[in-house]
Amino acid sequence: MAQDDLYRTVVLERARTPRYAGPLAGAQLQGEGSNPLCGDRVKLQAGVDAQGRVTALRHETRGCAICAASADLMAERVAGQDRARISQMHAELVTAVETGIAPEGLGDLSVFAPLHRHRSRIRCAMLPWSALIGMLNDDKDR
Amino acid sequence: MMDQTVASRTDVVGSLRRIRADFPILSQKVHGKDLVFLDSAASAQKPRQVIDAMADTMRTQYANIHRGLYWMSERTTEAYEAVRDQVAAFLGAQAREEIVFTRNSTEAINLVAHSFGSLLKPGQVVLVSEMEHHANLVPWQMLRDRTGVELRVTPITDDGALDMDALARNLSDGQVALVAITHMSNVLGTITDARAIADMAHAAGAKVLFDGSQLAVHRRVDVRALDADFYVVTGHKLYGPTGIGVLWARREILDAMPPFLGGGDMISTVSFERSTWASVPHKFEAGTPAIIETIGLGAALAYIESIGFDAIGAHEEALTAHALKVLGNVSGLKVIGTAPDRGGVISFTMDDVHPHDIATLLDRNGIAVRAGHHCAEPLMRRLGVSATARASFGIYTTPEEIDFLAATLEQIRGFFV
Repeated sequence: MAQDDLYRTVVLERARTPRYAGPLAGAQLQGEGSNPLCGDRVKLQAGVDAQGRVTALRHETRGCAICAASADLMAERVAGQDRARISQMHAELVTAVETGIAPEGLGDLSVFAPLHRHRSRIRCAMLPWSALIGMLNDDKDR
Repeated sequence: MMDQTVASRTDVVGSLRRIRADFPILSQKVHGKDLVFLDSAASAQKPRQVIDAMADTMRTQYANIHRGLYWMSERTTEAYEAVRDQVAAFLGAQAREEIVFTRNSTEAINLVAHSFGSLLKPGQVVLVSEMEHHANLVPWQMLRDRTGVELRVTPITDDGALDMDALARNLSDGQVALVAITHMSNVLGTITDARAIADMAHAAGAKVLFDGSQLAVHRRVDVRALDADFYVVTGHKLYGPTGIGVLWARREILDAMPPFLGGGDMISTVSFERSTWASVPHKFEAGTPAIIETIGLGAALAYIESIGFDAIGAHEEALTAHALKVLGNVSGLKVIGTAPDRGGVISFTMDDVHPHDIATLLDRNGIAVRAGHHCAEPLMRRLGVSATARASFGIYTTPEEIDFLAATLEQIRGFFV
Protein backbone atom coordinates (compact mmCIF):
# COMPACT_ATOMS: atom_id res chain seq x y z
CA MET A 1 0.00 0.00 0.00
CA ALA A 2 0.99 3.61 -0.27
CA GLN A 3 3.04 4.39 2.81
CA ASP A 4 2.13 7.86 3.81
CA ASP A 5 4.88 10.33 4.57
CA LEU A 6 2.58 11.86 7.17
CA TYR A 7 2.60 8.73 9.29
CA ARG A 8 6.34 8.59 9.72
CA THR A 9 7.98 6.61 12.48
CA VAL A 10 8.24 9.59 14.80
CA VAL A 11 4.48 10.22 14.59
CA LEU A 12 3.57 6.59 15.16
CA GLU A 13 6.09 6.20 18.00
CA ARG A 14 5.02 9.34 19.83
CA ALA A 15 1.37 8.41 19.45
CA ARG A 16 1.97 4.88 20.72
CA THR A 17 4.48 5.67 23.49
CA PRO A 18 4.33 9.33 24.39
CA ARG A 19 7.21 10.71 26.45
CA TYR A 20 5.40 13.68 27.96
CA ALA A 21 1.99 12.25 28.78
CA GLY A 22 0.36 12.45 32.19
CA PRO A 23 -0.10 15.04 34.92
CA LEU A 24 2.70 17.40 36.01
CA ALA A 25 3.42 17.59 39.72
CA GLY A 26 3.28 21.18 40.96
CA ALA A 27 1.89 22.55 37.70
CA GLN A 28 1.02 26.25 37.74
CA LEU A 29 -0.99 26.34 34.55
CA GLN A 30 -3.78 24.13 33.28
CA GLY A 31 -5.30 24.23 29.85
CA GLU A 32 -7.63 22.23 27.71
CA GLY A 33 -8.68 22.05 24.12
CA SER A 34 -11.20 19.94 22.31
CA ASN A 35 -12.48 19.47 18.83
CA PRO A 36 -16.22 18.84 18.92
CA LEU A 37 -16.14 17.68 15.30
CA CYS A 38 -14.14 14.57 16.10
CA GLY A 39 -14.18 14.33 19.89
CA ASP A 40 -10.42 14.80 20.26
CA ARG A 41 -9.39 16.34 23.57
CA VAL A 42 -6.10 17.59 24.99
CA LYS A 43 -5.47 18.52 28.61
CA LEU A 44 -2.27 20.40 29.43
CA GLN A 45 -0.37 21.15 32.62
CA ALA A 46 2.67 23.42 32.70
CA GLY A 47 5.19 24.94 34.98
CA VAL A 48 6.48 28.49 34.36
CA ASP A 49 9.45 30.30 35.88
CA ALA A 50 9.77 33.91 36.99
CA GLN A 51 10.83 34.97 33.50
CA GLY A 52 7.67 33.48 32.02
CA ARG A 53 9.44 30.54 30.44
CA VAL A 54 7.65 27.21 30.29
CA THR A 55 9.77 24.93 32.47
CA ALA A 56 7.86 21.74 31.71
CA LEU A 57 4.71 20.69 29.89
CA ARG A 58 2.67 17.50 30.16
CA HIS A 59 -0.38 16.47 28.16
CA GLU A 60 -3.23 14.02 28.42
CA THR A 61 -4.54 13.44 24.92
CA ARG A 62 -7.50 11.49 23.69
CA GLY A 63 -7.41 11.57 19.97
CA CYS A 64 -5.89 10.37 16.75
CA ALA A 65 -2.22 9.65 16.15
CA ILE A 66 -1.63 13.07 14.58
CA CYS A 67 -3.11 14.89 17.58
CA ALA A 68 -1.33 12.69 20.14
CA ALA A 69 2.06 12.95 18.41
CA SER A 70 1.66 16.69 17.98
CA ALA A 71 0.95 17.11 21.70
CA ASP A 72 3.97 15.05 22.66
CA LEU A 73 6.39 16.77 20.28
CA MET A 74 5.01 20.13 21.39
CA ALA A 75 5.68 19.28 25.04
CA GLU A 76 9.25 18.40 24.14
CA ARG A 77 9.87 21.51 22.09
CA VAL A 78 8.36 24.19 24.29
CA ALA A 79 10.16 23.22 27.51
CA GLY A 80 12.55 26.03 28.42
CA GLN A 81 11.06 28.47 25.87
CA ASP A 82 9.44 31.81 26.56
CA ARG A 83 6.09 32.95 25.17
CA ALA A 84 7.61 34.83 22.28
CA ARG A 85 9.51 31.79 21.05
CA ILE A 86 6.47 29.53 21.55
CA SER A 87 4.33 31.91 19.49
CA GLN A 88 6.99 31.87 16.81
CA MET A 89 7.06 28.05 16.77
CA HIS A 90 3.28 28.00 16.52
CA ALA A 91 3.39 30.42 13.59
CA GLU A 92 6.08 28.33 11.88
CA LEU A 93 4.03 25.18 12.33
CA VAL A 94 1.00 26.93 10.83
CA THR A 95 3.12 27.91 7.84
CA ALA A 96 4.35 24.32 7.50
CA VAL A 97 0.89 22.71 7.51
CA GLU A 98 -0.56 25.38 5.23
CA THR A 99 2.21 25.29 2.63
CA GLY A 100 3.86 21.91 3.04
CA ILE A 101 7.20 23.69 3.44
CA ALA A 102 8.73 23.55 6.88
CA PRO A 103 10.59 26.71 7.92
CA GLU A 104 14.14 26.08 9.09
CA GLY A 105 14.37 25.49 12.80
CA LEU A 106 11.05 23.66 13.03
CA GLY A 107 12.91 20.43 13.77
CA ASP A 108 10.78 17.35 14.45
CA LEU A 109 7.64 19.43 14.09
CA SER A 110 8.27 19.45 10.35
CA VAL A 111 6.82 15.91 10.26
CA PHE A 112 3.42 17.63 10.12
CA ALA A 113 4.18 19.55 6.92
CA PRO A 114 2.53 16.82 4.75
CA LEU A 115 -0.78 17.82 6.36
CA HIS A 116 -1.09 20.49 3.70
CA ARG A 117 -2.36 17.66 1.47
CA HIS A 118 -4.80 16.49 4.18
CA ARG A 119 -6.50 19.74 5.00
CA SER A 120 -9.24 18.12 7.04
CA ARG A 121 -6.56 16.84 9.42
CA ILE A 122 -4.70 20.10 10.06
CA ARG A 123 -6.90 20.78 13.06
CA CYS A 124 -5.75 17.49 14.61
CA ALA A 125 -2.13 18.68 14.74
CA MET A 126 -3.07 22.20 15.76
CA LEU A 127 -5.41 21.28 18.64
CA PRO A 128 -2.63 20.92 21.26
CA TRP A 129 -1.10 24.19 20.11
CA SER A 130 -4.40 26.10 20.35
CA ALA A 131 -4.80 24.71 23.86
CA LEU A 132 -1.27 25.81 24.75
CA ILE A 133 -1.58 29.31 23.31
CA GLY A 134 -4.98 29.68 25.01
CA MET A 135 -3.50 28.58 28.34
CA LEU A 136 -0.56 30.98 28.08
CA ASN A 137 -2.79 33.89 27.05
CA ASP A 138 -5.14 33.23 29.95
CA ASP A 139 -2.14 33.33 32.26
CA LYS A 140 -0.88 36.58 30.74
CA ASP A 141 -4.32 38.19 31.17
CA ARG A 142 -4.43 37.41 34.87
CA MET B 1 -25.69 -24.57 -21.86
CA MET B 2 -24.12 -22.42 -19.24
CA ASP B 3 -24.45 -23.36 -15.63
CA GLN B 4 -27.17 -21.19 -14.12
CA THR B 5 -25.09 -19.75 -11.28
CA VAL B 6 -22.31 -18.86 -13.68
CA ALA B 7 -24.84 -17.26 -16.00
CA SER B 8 -26.38 -15.13 -13.29
CA ARG B 9 -22.95 -14.21 -11.97
CA THR B 10 -21.99 -13.08 -15.46
CA ASP B 11 -25.18 -11.00 -15.59
CA VAL B 12 -24.33 -9.38 -12.29
CA VAL B 13 -20.77 -8.58 -13.33
CA GLY B 14 -21.95 -7.30 -16.70
CA SER B 15 -24.66 -5.07 -15.26
CA LEU B 16 -22.32 -3.79 -12.57
CA ARG B 17 -19.83 -2.84 -15.28
CA ARG B 18 -22.57 -1.01 -17.16
CA ILE B 19 -23.71 0.79 -14.03
CA ARG B 20 -20.17 1.86 -13.18
CA ALA B 21 -19.75 3.21 -16.69
CA ASP B 22 -22.67 5.56 -16.01
CA PHE B 23 -20.78 7.27 -13.18
CA PRO B 24 -18.01 9.41 -14.69
CA ILE B 25 -16.40 10.11 -11.32
CA LEU B 26 -15.57 6.43 -10.81
CA SER B 27 -12.82 6.69 -13.40
CA GLN B 28 -11.07 9.45 -11.41
CA LYS B 29 -7.80 8.85 -9.63
CA VAL B 30 -7.13 9.95 -6.05
CA HIS B 31 -3.50 10.31 -4.99
CA GLY B 32 -2.69 8.41 -8.18
CA LYS B 33 -4.93 5.48 -7.20
CA ASP B 34 -8.27 4.33 -8.55
CA LEU B 35 -11.07 5.93 -6.57
CA VAL B 36 -12.78 3.41 -4.29
CA PHE B 37 -15.81 5.32 -3.13
CA LEU B 38 -17.26 3.80 0.04
CA ASP B 39 -19.08 6.84 1.39
CA SER B 40 -22.37 6.72 -0.48
CA ALA B 41 -24.32 6.92 2.78
CA ALA B 42 -23.00 10.46 3.21
CA SER B 43 -23.76 11.38 -0.38
CA ALA B 44 -23.92 9.20 -3.46
CA GLN B 45 -22.16 9.85 -6.76
CA LYS B 46 -24.13 11.00 -9.78
CA PRO B 47 -24.74 9.12 -13.02
CA ARG B 48 -24.35 10.94 -16.33
CA GLN B 49 -28.14 10.73 -16.78
CA VAL B 50 -28.52 13.14 -13.84
CA ILE B 51 -25.62 15.34 -14.89
CA ASP B 52 -26.96 15.53 -18.45
CA ALA B 53 -30.54 16.23 -17.39
CA MET B 54 -29.41 19.18 -15.31
CA ALA B 55 -27.00 20.53 -17.90
CA ASP B 56 -29.57 20.07 -20.71
CA THR B 57 -32.14 21.97 -18.68
CA MET B 58 -29.78 24.91 -18.31
CA ARG B 59 -28.71 24.70 -21.94
CA THR B 60 -32.07 24.29 -23.62
CA GLN B 61 -35.12 24.64 -21.43
CA TYR B 62 -34.81 26.89 -18.44
CA ALA B 63 -36.96 29.63 -16.99
CA ASN B 64 -38.67 30.30 -13.69
CA ILE B 65 -41.72 28.15 -13.11
CA HIS B 66 -45.42 28.54 -12.27
CA ARG B 67 -45.63 32.21 -13.23
CA GLY B 68 -44.22 32.67 -16.69
CA LEU B 69 -46.75 33.00 -19.49
CA TYR B 70 -44.29 32.06 -22.18
CA TRP B 71 -43.17 28.83 -23.75
CA MET B 72 -39.90 28.34 -21.84
CA SER B 73 -41.52 28.85 -18.46
CA GLU B 74 -44.40 26.54 -19.30
CA ARG B 75 -42.05 23.78 -20.46
CA THR B 76 -39.87 24.14 -17.34
CA THR B 77 -42.95 24.09 -15.12
CA GLU B 78 -44.06 20.88 -16.81
CA ALA B 79 -40.64 19.28 -16.30
CA TYR B 80 -40.57 20.37 -12.67
CA GLU B 81 -44.10 19.24 -11.88
CA ALA B 82 -43.55 15.93 -13.68
CA VAL B 83 -40.96 15.12 -11.04
CA ARG B 84 -43.64 15.51 -8.38
CA ASP B 85 -45.57 12.74 -10.13
CA GLN B 86 -42.42 10.65 -10.32
CA VAL B 87 -41.72 11.09 -6.61
CA ALA B 88 -45.33 10.29 -5.76
CA ALA B 89 -45.03 7.03 -7.68
CA PHE B 90 -41.58 6.34 -6.20
CA LEU B 91 -42.91 6.59 -2.64
CA GLY B 92 -46.31 5.05 -3.29
CA ALA B 93 -48.12 8.26 -2.42
CA GLN B 94 -51.87 8.49 -2.93
CA ALA B 95 -51.67 11.86 -4.66
CA ARG B 96 -49.10 14.22 -6.14
CA GLU B 97 -50.29 16.95 -3.75
CA GLU B 98 -48.75 14.95 -0.92
CA ILE B 99 -45.24 15.60 -2.25
CA VAL B 100 -43.55 18.72 -0.88
CA PHE B 101 -40.16 19.64 -2.27
CA THR B 102 -37.62 20.78 0.30
CA ARG B 103 -33.89 21.41 0.28
CA ASN B 104 -33.07 18.06 1.91
CA SER B 105 -34.31 15.68 4.63
CA THR B 106 -33.16 18.06 7.33
CA GLU B 107 -35.34 20.83 5.95
CA ALA B 108 -38.26 18.43 5.53
CA ILE B 109 -38.06 17.45 9.21
CA ASN B 110 -37.70 21.08 10.24
CA LEU B 111 -40.80 21.88 8.20
CA VAL B 112 -42.76 19.26 10.14
CA ALA B 113 -41.27 20.37 13.46
CA HIS B 114 -42.25 23.99 12.84
CA SER B 115 -45.59 23.49 11.16
CA PHE B 116 -47.07 20.28 12.57
CA GLY B 117 -45.14 21.06 15.75
CA SER B 118 -47.00 24.34 16.17
CA LEU B 119 -50.23 22.35 16.51
CA LEU B 120 -48.90 20.42 19.53
CA LYS B 121 -49.67 21.40 23.10
CA PRO B 122 -47.25 21.56 26.05
CA GLY B 123 -47.08 18.16 27.68
CA GLN B 124 -47.61 16.28 24.43
CA VAL B 125 -44.68 14.10 23.48
CA VAL B 126 -42.43 13.71 20.45
CA LEU B 127 -40.75 10.32 20.58
CA VAL B 128 -37.44 9.68 18.82
CA SER B 129 -34.93 6.84 19.05
CA GLU B 130 -31.41 6.63 20.38
CA MET B 131 -30.01 6.12 16.89
CA GLU B 132 -31.31 9.24 15.21
CA HIS B 133 -29.19 11.42 12.98
CA HIS B 134 -28.96 14.93 14.41
CA ALA B 135 -31.41 15.93 11.64
CA ASN B 136 -34.16 13.95 13.37
CA LEU B 137 -33.22 15.03 16.87
CA VAL B 138 -32.20 18.68 16.97
CA PRO B 139 -35.39 20.04 15.29
CA TRP B 140 -37.44 18.29 17.99
CA GLN B 141 -35.23 19.65 20.75
CA MET B 142 -35.75 23.12 19.30
CA LEU B 143 -39.51 22.49 19.20
CA ARG B 144 -39.41 21.34 22.83
CA ASP B 145 -37.57 24.50 23.85
CA ARG B 146 -40.05 26.70 21.92
CA THR B 147 -43.30 25.10 22.93
CA GLY B 148 -42.87 22.92 25.99
CA VAL B 149 -43.60 19.59 24.32
CA GLU B 150 -41.74 16.69 25.86
CA LEU B 151 -39.00 14.93 23.92
CA ARG B 152 -38.77 11.25 24.75
CA VAL B 153 -36.06 8.83 23.58
CA THR B 154 -36.55 5.14 22.87
CA PRO B 155 -33.35 3.15 23.42
CA ILE B 156 -31.74 0.63 21.14
CA THR B 157 -30.67 -2.88 22.06
CA ASP B 158 -27.00 -3.82 22.30
CA ASP B 159 -27.00 -5.19 18.76
CA GLY B 160 -28.29 -1.88 17.44
CA ALA B 161 -31.97 -2.69 16.86
CA LEU B 162 -34.79 -0.49 18.09
CA ASP B 163 -35.98 -1.73 21.48
CA MET B 164 -39.61 -2.46 20.63
CA ASP B 165 -40.57 -3.24 24.24
CA ALA B 166 -39.23 0.12 25.31
CA LEU B 167 -41.12 1.74 22.43
CA ALA B 168 -44.34 0.18 23.70
CA ARG B 169 -43.63 1.45 27.22
CA ASN B 170 -42.85 4.93 25.90
CA LEU B 171 -46.18 4.99 24.07
CA SER B 172 -48.24 3.61 26.93
CA ASP B 173 -49.26 6.88 28.62
CA GLY B 174 -51.09 8.05 25.50
CA GLN B 175 -49.30 11.42 25.50
CA VAL B 176 -47.21 10.82 22.39
CA ALA B 177 -48.34 12.97 19.48
CA LEU B 178 -45.58 12.04 17.06
CA VAL B 179 -43.13 9.16 16.73
CA ALA B 180 -40.15 10.31 14.62
CA ILE B 181 -37.78 7.47 13.88
CA THR B 182 -35.22 6.53 11.29
CA HIS B 183 -36.14 3.87 8.74
CA MET B 184 -32.44 2.96 8.43
CA SER B 185 -29.62 4.07 10.68
CA ASN B 186 -26.81 5.97 8.99
CA VAL B 187 -24.38 4.58 11.55
CA LEU B 188 -25.47 1.03 12.29
CA GLY B 189 -27.16 0.11 9.02
CA THR B 190 -30.12 -1.07 11.10
CA ILE B 191 -33.41 -1.16 9.22
CA THR B 192 -36.32 -0.53 11.55
CA ASP B 193 -39.63 -2.34 11.31
CA ALA B 194 -41.50 0.72 10.13
CA ARG B 195 -44.89 -0.96 9.74
CA ALA B 196 -44.77 -2.35 13.27
CA ILE B 197 -43.71 1.07 14.61
CA ALA B 198 -46.54 2.76 12.68
CA ASP B 199 -49.09 0.27 14.05
CA MET B 200 -47.90 0.82 17.61
CA ALA B 201 -47.87 4.60 17.18
CA HIS B 202 -51.35 4.67 15.70
CA ALA B 203 -52.74 2.37 18.40
CA ALA B 204 -51.43 4.91 20.92
CA GLY B 205 -53.02 7.82 19.03
CA ALA B 206 -49.73 9.16 17.65
CA LYS B 207 -48.68 10.10 14.14
CA VAL B 208 -45.48 8.65 12.76
CA LEU B 209 -42.63 10.17 10.76
CA PHE B 210 -39.90 8.10 9.18
CA ASP B 211 -36.54 9.49 8.22
CA GLY B 212 -35.99 7.54 5.02
CA SER B 213 -32.79 9.34 3.99
CA GLN B 214 -30.82 6.09 4.03
CA LEU B 215 -33.47 3.49 3.38
CA ALA B 216 -35.02 4.94 0.24
CA VAL B 217 -31.74 4.33 -1.57
CA HIS B 218 -31.72 0.64 -0.89
CA ARG B 219 -35.29 -0.61 -0.74
CA ARG B 220 -38.60 0.34 -2.27
CA VAL B 221 -40.61 2.59 -0.03
CA ASP B 222 -44.37 2.33 -0.04
CA VAL B 223 -45.70 4.92 2.36
CA ARG B 224 -49.18 3.45 2.23
CA ALA B 225 -48.02 -0.09 2.94
CA LEU B 226 -45.97 1.29 5.85
CA ASP B 227 -49.04 3.22 7.02
CA ALA B 228 -46.77 6.23 7.59
CA ASP B 229 -47.99 9.77 8.21
CA PHE B 230 -44.79 11.58 7.24
CA TYR B 231 -41.81 10.30 5.25
CA VAL B 232 -38.70 12.26 4.30
CA VAL B 233 -35.99 11.54 1.73
CA THR B 234 -33.10 13.50 0.28
CA GLY B 235 -32.04 13.65 -3.34
CA HIS B 236 -28.28 13.60 -3.01
CA LYS B 237 -28.20 10.15 -1.44
CA LEU B 238 -30.48 8.88 -4.21
CA TYR B 239 -27.80 9.51 -6.86
CA GLY B 240 -29.41 12.90 -7.46
CA PRO B 241 -28.13 16.41 -6.85
CA THR B 242 -27.77 18.25 -3.58
CA GLY B 243 -30.31 20.90 -2.65
CA ILE B 244 -33.44 18.84 -3.25
CA GLY B 245 -35.32 16.73 -0.74
CA VAL B 246 -38.87 15.55 -0.26
CA LEU B 247 -41.46 15.58 2.45
CA TRP B 248 -44.34 13.21 1.90
CA ALA B 249 -47.29 13.51 4.24
CA ARG B 250 -50.92 12.49 4.17
CA ARG B 251 -53.01 15.08 2.40
CA GLU B 252 -55.31 15.73 5.35
CA ILE B 253 -52.35 16.33 7.65
CA LEU B 254 -50.73 18.75 5.20
CA ASP B 255 -54.04 20.55 4.78
CA ALA B 256 -54.29 21.07 8.53
CA MET B 257 -50.72 22.31 8.90
CA PRO B 258 -49.87 26.04 8.75
CA PRO B 259 -47.24 27.20 6.24
CA PHE B 260 -43.56 26.95 7.12
CA LEU B 261 -41.81 29.70 5.16
CA GLY B 262 -43.64 32.69 3.74
CA GLY B 263 -43.06 34.32 0.39
CA GLY B 264 -43.89 34.00 -3.26
CA ASP B 265 -45.55 30.89 -4.66
CA MET B 266 -47.04 29.80 -1.33
CA ILE B 267 -49.84 32.36 -1.31
CA SER B 268 -53.29 32.57 -2.78
CA THR B 269 -53.91 36.30 -2.24
CA VAL B 270 -51.81 38.96 -0.53
CA SER B 271 -52.74 42.35 0.84
CA PHE B 272 -51.06 44.48 3.48
CA GLU B 273 -53.69 43.35 5.96
CA ARG B 274 -53.51 39.62 5.38
CA SER B 275 -52.60 36.84 3.04
CA THR B 276 -54.21 33.55 2.24
CA TRP B 277 -52.34 30.43 1.45
CA ALA B 278 -52.03 28.39 -1.68
CA SER B 279 -53.28 24.83 -1.51
CA VAL B 280 -50.89 21.97 -0.76
CA PRO B 281 -48.18 21.31 -1.70
CA HIS B 282 -47.46 24.88 -2.83
CA LYS B 283 -48.36 26.23 0.62
CA PHE B 284 -45.07 24.71 1.75
CA GLU B 285 -42.91 25.76 -1.19
CA ALA B 286 -42.15 29.44 -0.74
CA GLY B 287 -39.94 31.20 -3.26
CA THR B 288 -38.30 29.96 -6.43
CA PRO B 289 -37.51 26.32 -5.74
CA ALA B 290 -34.48 24.27 -6.76
CA ILE B 291 -35.80 23.84 -10.29
CA ILE B 292 -32.70 22.35 -11.89
CA GLU B 293 -32.03 20.10 -8.92
CA THR B 294 -35.62 18.86 -8.95
CA ILE B 295 -35.27 17.93 -12.60
CA GLY B 296 -31.99 16.21 -11.65
CA LEU B 297 -33.84 14.28 -8.95
CA GLY B 298 -36.34 13.15 -11.57
CA ALA B 299 -33.50 11.79 -13.68
CA ALA B 300 -32.04 10.04 -10.64
CA LEU B 301 -35.34 8.34 -9.82
CA ALA B 302 -35.75 7.27 -13.43
CA TYR B 303 -32.23 5.85 -13.30
CA ILE B 304 -32.94 3.92 -10.10
CA GLU B 305 -36.21 2.60 -11.54
CA SER B 306 -34.39 1.51 -14.70
CA ILE B 307 -32.20 -0.75 -12.57
CA GLY B 308 -35.01 -1.71 -10.24
CA PHE B 309 -35.09 -2.32 -6.52
CA ASP B 310 -34.99 -6.09 -7.00
CA ALA B 311 -31.56 -5.84 -8.59
CA ILE B 312 -30.41 -3.09 -6.23
CA GLY B 313 -31.54 -5.06 -3.20
CA ALA B 314 -29.92 -8.29 -4.36
CA HIS B 315 -26.64 -6.56 -5.16
CA GLU B 316 -26.47 -4.71 -1.86
CA GLU B 317 -27.50 -7.69 0.21
CA ALA B 318 -24.73 -9.76 -1.37
CA LEU B 319 -22.21 -6.94 -0.91
CA THR B 320 -23.15 -6.44 2.74
CA ALA B 321 -22.87 -10.14 3.51
CA HIS B 322 -19.52 -10.23 1.73
CA ALA B 323 -18.29 -7.14 3.58
CA LEU B 324 -19.34 -8.44 6.99
CA LYS B 325 -17.43 -11.63 6.22
CA VAL B 326 -14.18 -10.12 4.95
CA LEU B 327 -14.13 -7.24 7.44
CA GLY B 328 -14.78 -9.78 10.20
CA ASN B 329 -11.51 -11.43 9.22
CA VAL B 330 -9.47 -8.24 9.69
CA SER B 331 -7.55 -8.50 12.96
CA GLY B 332 -8.89 -6.26 15.70
CA LEU B 333 -11.79 -5.01 13.61
CA LYS B 334 -15.12 -4.71 15.38
CA VAL B 335 -18.32 -4.05 13.46
CA ILE B 336 -20.61 -1.68 15.37
CA GLY B 337 -24.23 -2.69 14.89
CA THR B 338 -25.35 -6.23 14.22
CA ALA B 339 -29.11 -5.91 14.05
CA PRO B 340 -30.76 -8.75 12.15
CA ASP B 341 -32.22 -6.51 9.45
CA ARG B 342 -29.50 -4.25 8.14
CA GLY B 343 -28.27 -2.60 4.99
CA GLY B 344 -25.00 -1.69 3.35
CA VAL B 345 -23.72 0.79 5.92
CA ILE B 346 -21.01 -0.69 8.12
CA SER B 347 -19.43 1.16 11.03
CA PHE B 348 -16.35 -0.27 12.63
CA THR B 349 -13.44 0.31 14.94
CA MET B 350 -10.04 -1.35 14.68
CA ASP B 351 -8.18 -1.89 17.96
CA ASP B 352 -7.17 1.52 19.27
CA VAL B 353 -6.45 2.98 15.87
CA HIS B 354 -8.33 6.27 15.69
CA PRO B 355 -10.96 6.31 12.91
CA HIS B 356 -9.48 9.55 11.54
CA ASP B 357 -6.11 7.89 11.11
CA ILE B 358 -7.85 4.96 9.42
CA ALA B 359 -9.67 7.32 7.07
CA THR B 360 -6.57 9.31 6.13
CA LEU B 361 -4.52 6.19 5.44
CA LEU B 362 -7.34 4.64 3.41
CA ASP B 363 -7.59 7.89 1.46
CA ARG B 364 -3.91 7.64 0.55
CA ASN B 365 -4.90 4.40 -1.16
CA GLY B 366 -7.81 5.97 -2.98
CA ILE B 367 -10.44 4.62 -0.58
CA ALA B 368 -13.04 7.12 0.63
CA VAL B 369 -14.76 6.25 3.90
CA ARG B 370 -16.38 8.40 6.54
CA ALA B 371 -14.90 8.71 10.02
CA GLY B 372 -16.26 10.54 13.01
CA HIS B 373 -19.52 10.66 14.90
CA HIS B 374 -21.66 10.60 11.72
CA CYS B 375 -23.96 13.35 13.02
CA ALA B 376 -25.17 10.97 15.72
CA GLU B 377 -23.35 11.99 18.89
CA PRO B 378 -25.89 10.57 21.36
CA LEU B 379 -25.67 7.22 19.59
CA MET B 380 -21.86 7.29 19.80
CA ARG B 381 -22.14 7.82 23.56
CA ARG B 382 -24.60 4.93 23.82
CA LEU B 383 -22.13 2.73 21.93
CA GLY B 384 -19.27 3.88 24.16
CA VAL B 385 -17.12 5.15 21.29
CA SER B 386 -16.16 8.70 20.33
CA ALA B 387 -15.99 7.92 16.65
CA THR B 388 -16.12 5.08 14.16
CA ALA B 389 -15.00 4.54 10.61
CA ARG B 390 -17.84 3.77 8.21
CA ALA B 391 -17.89 2.09 4.84
CA SER B 392 -21.12 2.36 2.89
CA PHE B 393 -22.13 0.92 -0.43
CA GLY B 394 -23.99 2.01 -3.50
CA ILE B 395 -25.23 0.43 -6.70
CA TYR B 396 -21.74 0.85 -8.18
CA THR B 397 -19.80 -0.79 -5.34
CA THR B 398 -17.96 -4.01 -6.25
CA PRO B 399 -16.92 -6.95 -4.05
CA GLU B 400 -13.34 -6.34 -5.20
CA GLU B 401 -13.45 -2.84 -3.69
CA ILE B 402 -14.49 -4.35 -0.38
CA ASP B 403 -11.67 -6.89 -0.57
CA PHE B 404 -9.25 -4.02 -1.21
CA LEU B 405 -10.66 -2.16 1.80
CA ALA B 406 -10.14 -5.20 4.03
CA ALA B 407 -6.59 -5.80 2.80
CA THR B 408 -5.67 -2.14 3.24
CA LEU B 409 -7.15 -2.08 6.74
CA GLU B 410 -5.02 -5.06 7.66
CA GLN B 411 -1.94 -3.17 6.47
CA ILE B 412 -2.92 -0.01 8.34
CA ARG B 413 -3.29 -2.01 11.52
CA GLY B 414 0.26 -3.24 10.96
CA PHE B 415 1.51 0.36 11.29
CA PHE B 416 -0.09 0.94 14.62
CA VAL B 417 -0.16 -2.29 16.54
